[in-house]
Amino acid sequence: MCKFKRSSLSFLLFFFIITNFSYAEEMKIPKYDWSFKGITGTFDRSALQRGYQVYTEVCASCHSMNLLSYRNLGEKGGPEFSVEQVKAIAANFEVTDGPNSDGEMFTRPGRPSDKFVSPYPNIEAATAANGGAYPPDMSVLVKARKGGADYIYAVLMGYTEPPADFQLEDGVYYNKYMDGNKIKMSNPLADDLVSYADGTKATQSQMAKDVTTFLTWSAEPHLETRHKLGFKVVIFLIILSTLVYFSMRRLWSRIDPEN
Amino acid sequence: MSDHTYTPKSKFGKWFNDRLPLLSLASHLTDYPTPKNLNYWWTFGGILTFCLLSQIITGLVLAMHYVAHADLAFNSVEHIMRDVNYGWLIRYIHSNGASMFFLAVYIHIFRSLFYGSYKSPREVIWILGMIIYLLMMATAFMGYVLPWGQMSFWGATVITNLFSAIPLVGESITTWLWGGYSVDNPTLTRFFSLHYLFPFLILGLVILHIWALHVPGNNNPIGIDVKKPSKDTVPFHPYITIKDLFALLIFLIIFSGFIFFAPNVLGHSDNYIQANPLVTPKHIVPEWYLLPFYAILRSVPDKLGGVILMFGSIFILMVLPWLDSSKVRSSVFRPLNKIFFWVLVVDVLALGYVGAMPAEGLYLFVARVGTIYYFAHFLVVLPLLSRIEKTQPLPLSITEPVLTGMPKAEFIKSDKRDV
Repeated sequence: MCKFKRSSLSFLLFFFIITNFSYAEEMKIPKYDWSFKGITGTFDRSALQRGYQVYTEVCASCHSMNLLSYRNLGEKGGPEFSVEQVKAIAANFEVTDGPNSDGEMFTRPGRPSDKFVSPYPNIEAATAANGGAYPPDMSVLVKARKGGADYIYAVLMGYTEPPADFQLEDGVYYNKYMDGNKIKMSNPLADDLVSYADGTKATQSQMAKDVTTFLTWSAEPHLETRHKLGFKVVIFLIILSTLVYFSMRRLWSRIDPEN
Repeated sequence: MSDHTYTPKSKFGKWFNDRLPLLSLASHLTDYPTPKNLNYWWTFGGILTFCLLSQIITGLVLAMHYVAHADLAFNSVEHIMRDVNYGWLIRYIHSNGASMFFLAVYIHIFRSLFYGSYKSPREVIWILGMIIYLLMMATAFMGYVLPWGQMSFWGATVITNLFSAIPLVGESITTWLWGGYSVDNPTLTRFFSLHYLFPFLILGLVILHIWALHVPGNNNPIGIDVKKPSKDTVPFHPYITIKDLFALLIFLIIFSGFIFFAPNVLGHSDNYIQANPLVTPKHIVPEWYLLPFYAILRSVPDKLGGVILMFGSIFILMVLPWLDSSKVRSSVFRPLNKIFFWVLVVDVLALGYVGAMPAEGLYLFVARVGTIYYFAHFLVVLPLLSRIEKTQPLPLSITEPVLTGMPKAEFIKSDKRDV
């Protein structure tokens, strides 16, 4: 019997390996050792702040993040800019508000409670301005792609020379990790494209790491709370189940002394 | 149902109990004689009750913040994740809770298959359970549509389109289900309404399921009838309650692992992209717990045939008590059935795996073989086994094999003689 179970399990395992091999036509995404990985993972505060700088100076010209508000930048577990910094950041943006008492729309400087200002008024405008490819909203982008943060980082670093026989149309770029190896976004990052406020050297990979960290936070703003609470919950459950286990043994010993 | 009389001690208790015998019910539930040899596979009934209540409670809170509208649903879920206090926790409990619910229900069903718990006199418990399982699948499917992501939308499109395979009236039925000519806002709002209703139907059926269980009492790992109450049974409280609690806590540790450390691993990343009727995802796959049925559906080249087989694969379980006529319940004493049980387990797992893969080449072949075996198991193997299988002798009582290690020859009755 046991033998049969084992042989059927090994059959299943074998089957999985075989089929996985035949399915591994896509480029393997390299795994990166992010600070937010693992059960005690947290965000690197300064990486988040630098990541926001990369987003706002580079990505934000095409990509919206319409699920975020400026106040989020000051909240616990995020980049944790100070209240003054958040106000200053928000005030940099022109926000359309209204209608006022005359029925007119007007613009005013942004407030922390405002959503991130989008670069385009609507999806159609964004699509038209980018050669027919909509630059996706980046609020939950990390969770919306298989491979998550590793994938985003890989694509940002994946711009290489195409193989000699590879056909590329106009306005399409070659990327090692993109599906079909074609991407309509040109390589967005280059060394020293931004000058970091904290003096970190802005290499391409540094910027890619920082912005990926920022995007991971934006997709999962409560990640740190989740990890911390989860740790406590699991410890509590382990202690409680141990206590219940011994109570159970004691109770059942009345019925079944051997048990 | 109650084989003992109970009189409350207090005067008020007696007065009340004469008018509504709630205290008698509580006493019945407390004293309910349970076979003492139940193993941990029997703790999943309690775990499932917990899952249902946890889904109802978290769902109730989610419904306070969720907006059932095609333009707003996606962002309202993100609003829950970001701005509602502990909204992320409630939503992750609910979404992972669905998966844990199915994990537990599959263990519960396979437990029943192994130990023959569906056999006489427990057929009604089994059928009620199968109806619950059907409703669970419908509820989970509609719940998956509510966040209005790409997989929500396209999953809903694929599944509702199945009904269009019905000859003559199929198209009309699909239009009726959609409330329009495609999956759109009317579909979302009705799915939300039904997703809210079904759990309460399930709760009602669960009560019937437990009621029906309390008539013959629990089956047990050796599958023999036990006298109740006797040396073979223990009162439900505290012996079974504490065992169920312990099992539930272990289950909760695994559950918490998903909620806190891998909350999206069981979902599909495409569902974090807002639904777009103009962009079809590369592979449309349902949630993992529906994959075996999806594999069966796709293994048939004909749409109507696939739909019939898929629904057939569930309805065949309803008549299982009459397909397997072996008088011996527990597979412990059925050497052949024990082997075929594990073949079925592997078969369903393999079907689940190919259900997630594209329907082509080797995958399609495995899906077809798996589908054929699935039906053959219930329609050929089980009826045949009940005729040809030489079962092992059954012990007379639970206590005997426990005391002596092995059932003694003089206590053993052959199934051939007695039945």
